[in-house]
Amino acid sequence: MPCSSSPRWSSRRSPEAVSEELYYSTISELSRLLGRRELSAVELMRAVIERTKKVDGRVGAFNSFDEADALAQARASDERRSKARGDGAAAPSRPLEGIPVGIKDVISVAGQPLTASSRMLARFVSPYDATVTLKLREAGATCWGRLNLDEFAMGSSTENSAFGVTSNPWDLERVPGGSSGGSAAAVAAGEAVAALGSDTGGSIRQPAALCNVVGLKPTYGRVSRYGLIAFASSLDQIGPFARSVGDAAWVLGAIAGHDRRDSTSVKAEVPDYHGGMAALADSGRKWRLGIPKEYFGEGLDSEVGAAVEAAIGEYRGLGCEVREVSLPHTRYAVAAYYIIATAECSSNLARYDGVRYGSRSGGATDALDIYFRSRAEGFGPEVKRRIILGTYVLSSGYYDAYYLRAQKVRTLIRRDFLEAFTQVDAILTPTSPTPAFRKGEKAADPLAMYLNDIYTIGVNLAGLPAISIPCGFTRGGLPIGLQLIGQPFRETELLAIAGAYEGHTDWRTRRPRL
Amino acid sequence: MTHEAVIGLEVHVQIKTRSKMFSRVAAGYGHPENTLTDPVVLALPGTLPVMNKEALDKVIKAGLLLGCEIAPECKWDRKNYFYPDSPKNYQISQYDQPLCRGGFVEIELPGPARNVMGEHRKIPLTRIHLEEDVGKLTHAAGVSLVDFNRAGTPLMEIVSEPAIHSADEAFAYLTALKTVMIYGGISDCDMEKGQLRCDANISIRPAGASALGTKVELKNLNSFSFVRDGIALEVSRQLSVVKAGGTVAQETRDYDGQTGESKSLRSKEMAHDYRYFPDPDLMPVQVGEEWKSAIRAGCPELPFDKQRRFQKEYDVPYTITSVLVPDPELSDFFEEAARLCGRPQAAGNWIANDLLRELGSARIGLGQSRVRPAHVAGLVKLLEGGVILSTAAKEVFIDMFRSGELPEAVVARRGLKSETTLDELERWCGEAIAANPKSVADFKRGKDSAINAFKGPVMRAAKGRADPKRVDDILRRLLAR
Repeated sequence: MPCSSSPRWSSRRSPEAVSEELYYSTISELSRLLGRRELSAVELMRAVIERTKKVDGRVGAFNSFDEADALAQARASDERRSKARGDGAAAPSRPLEGIPVGIKDVISVAGQPLTASSRMLARFVSPYDATVTLKLREAGATCWGRLNLDEFAMGSSTENSAFGVTSNPWDLERVPGGSSGGSAAAVAAGEAVAALGSDTGGSIRQPAALCNVVGLKPTYGRVSRYGLIAFASSLDQIGPFARSVGDAAWVLGAIAGHDRRDSTSVKAEVPDYHGGMAALADSGRKWRLGIPKEYFGEGLDSEVGAAVEAAIGEYRGLGCEVREVSLPHTRYAVAAYYIIATAECSSNLARYDGVRYGSRSGGATDALDIYFRSRAEGFGPEVKRRIILGTYVLSSGYYDAYYLRAQKVRTLIRRDFLEAFTQVDAILTPTSPTPAFRKGEKAADPLAMYLNDIYTIGVNLAGLPAISIPCGFTRGGLPIGLQLIGQPFRETELLAIAGAYEGHTDWRTRRPRL
Repeated sequence: MTHEAVIGLEVHVQIKTRSKMFSRVAAGYGHPENTLTDPVVLALPGTLPVMNKEALDKVIKAGLLLGCEIAPECKWDRKNYFYPDSPKNYQISQYDQPLCRGGFVEIELPGPARNVMGEHRKIPLTRIHLEEDVGKLTHAAGVSLVDFNRAGTPLMEIVSEPAIHSADEAFAYLTALKTVMIYGGISDCDMEKGQLRCDANISIRPAGASALGTKVELKNLNSFSFVRDGIALEVSRQLSVVKAGGTVAQETRDYDGQTGESKSLRSKEMAHDYRYFPDPDLMPVQVGEEWKSAIRAGCPELPFDKQRRFQKEYDVPYTITSVLVPDPELSDFFEEAARLCGRPQAAGNWIANDLLRELGSARIGLGQSRVRPAHVAGLVKLLEGGVILSTAAKEVFIDMFRSGELPEAVVARRGLKSETTLDELERWCGEAIAANPKSVADFKRGKDSAINAFKGPVMRAAKGRADPKRVDDILRRLLAR
């Protein structure tokens, strides 16, 4: 029988389709329900809004959200779906249609605040959509809320936010990691089905590990950076947070691709990641995994080490070949990273001057004074520290010794990885040396904070794709993440390797008590 | 002890492109404030630059026209400094790898008289690089306003070697450079619209010395004549400092063209550290041979080459070529008219004198002129053929300039046809010569005025409706036999 013009959604769902609350479902599960019209996008959005209102007072994942705007997007999604049906055409395969995707508050959404969790942009509303935002809209997703982060994505704990610390849903006394802590916490706490974050030195993978969710940093150039507030242009990359590897594949497929607004985005075809990883899984291919000895040394928490060892055992059990590889320049990665990243940020953040937009100090007397006062008042201490460091390393007379040398180290680090990839398909490491730490524990010691990214930074310097997936818990109940590093533009294989482990473990299905 | 001036010019030329250097918003002049902007130009959070290929093409073209070596790769650097007219507080520029190196600008120095060609020289270039322009600040009582319409306009910096030695040479350099830019369609170089801006580095040294003296940077040279006058003033100021036993201090001076005075802006440049580094938002672009060849194929003949060719090929005098050549459209107009009538000198005269005069008084450009090459060629033919007299020709020109009608139509409409034909004139001239063998002998002996003896009978025969100049031409032709 032909459909009526107003959709009639079934309020009863098949019990086996969703194992738990809607807001904890995966994209795969939800899109099936939405496709069968057992669920409407508005119903789903309402469930997520309700959940957010219930828990975000404790979690603090969001800087802001616009309930009316989100519901309007969901309504439009339902209309699209009913129209597609009404036309008699089969609904196209649009896995993100009607799915609420949270967005880190450093990615532009037209008409919504864009604060970078900084006082500098506290009242800034962006007039345009980032390319990833546009692509999510084209895929039918609902852009949901503005997720907290370390100010200008500088930090590993979300403690550097000007608008309050996000709590780890697994232990509210602890940090969710950073800088995309809000994105990780939102997905972990059921406040978004998936989320976008950005990763400059581990800012997607480390919080994903600390919050028991999947976090994917794509190859540099795979996803357009247009509309992402730049921290370090040559390292930044947008990527998804999700509840499963398959979900991460769906989101990546929606946001990837060349963009004429970003010269660093690469003209490479976007494969069907989800279909591709499934095909690889079916092929029964035996993966070769490399274990870099440099990543299992001093500073690695014993429980994290044990969980990763167990994961390696799991892979062996799946028939994968595991061998040791060497990444000899790893020990220079943090130093090189903090030179390159700060140099770029010192220049990227120069535009926040109080002249055209953003916060301008009231007491300024002339142009120079506007700069001094607005920037002194607008930026937090970590941002200032990095701007000062970056300004210093670019100074005449120091450029060769720092910036140029760091770039050379970067080349060597990339070469290490590419050399290892002649022997293995992916490299397996812990994501973070420790599980989530207590709020304030490292806030006073920037160096200790920087070392938290020791396993993730090299990947950005080399421009490689990497994923963090849940791989266990500490005795205290804190999540542990496993990092898999892939070859440039071979995300499909990376996802397939991650999916193989995920399919044999149930870590990702565990939920925090909130 | 005599001294010589040593001058290097840094010229900024805005490149004529449809859109800005790194964004898709239109580039232009004279629009309401802050309307030629977009998120990229305003450096809103999250925006990224994307290179305008047209601008790159045009700088390569400029480099090829000026004989520069073109870099194999176009690389971008950030020049970091804070200023309210700079939206990003860094300028995207080229630091250690300018797109063009070397090359030269051929200049013509003032000749001994207005109608005599001056000496030509080649001023070597150091480099040409591409960058983006900044916005424009306006200071009012208590407030400063900024207009970002200009911000992000493609801008090319052309740096000469310190090889210019006088204010006149500097003037000639700018004139020649402007003409090349216009020829290449690279820029209109209108200084009033800020499309060409010039700073001069000036020093003096004892004649024959090779070391450079202390340089003074002269800014705000807002017109070609201000460049000349400002440099002349600065050179004489430095000479008088030295003559008084002093030494020239390193400083930046501001020239005021209205008062003809300069004043110190700042002494010894505060060492600026621009913290240059490669722009991570822009990938270097390879400039291959194929690309260069395609641009080379579209390069026009250089102005001075054209002038030499006009003089050689058409035997058009310097006084005419120096008027035609600076304007490529006028040059093309001339060549077309010359081709149509086969009388380049006559066509050149009509264009350089009558056409330009009429365009000037009508205050319109050549593009709006109703007189096209066919009109000029037709007029020349009518005159040469004796169909009209030169006095009538002037009338015909003015008429067709207004009406746009072809000269034949104007002549017919206004009844300006000469009643004498070329055949008649030649017959009467022949008869006058045959009737006066003495004057023929005098003329052939070299007494030029003897020719006048034949003119009376011819003019009488023509009842005054003969063109004296044409009669003179015919008589000379017949006498030369």
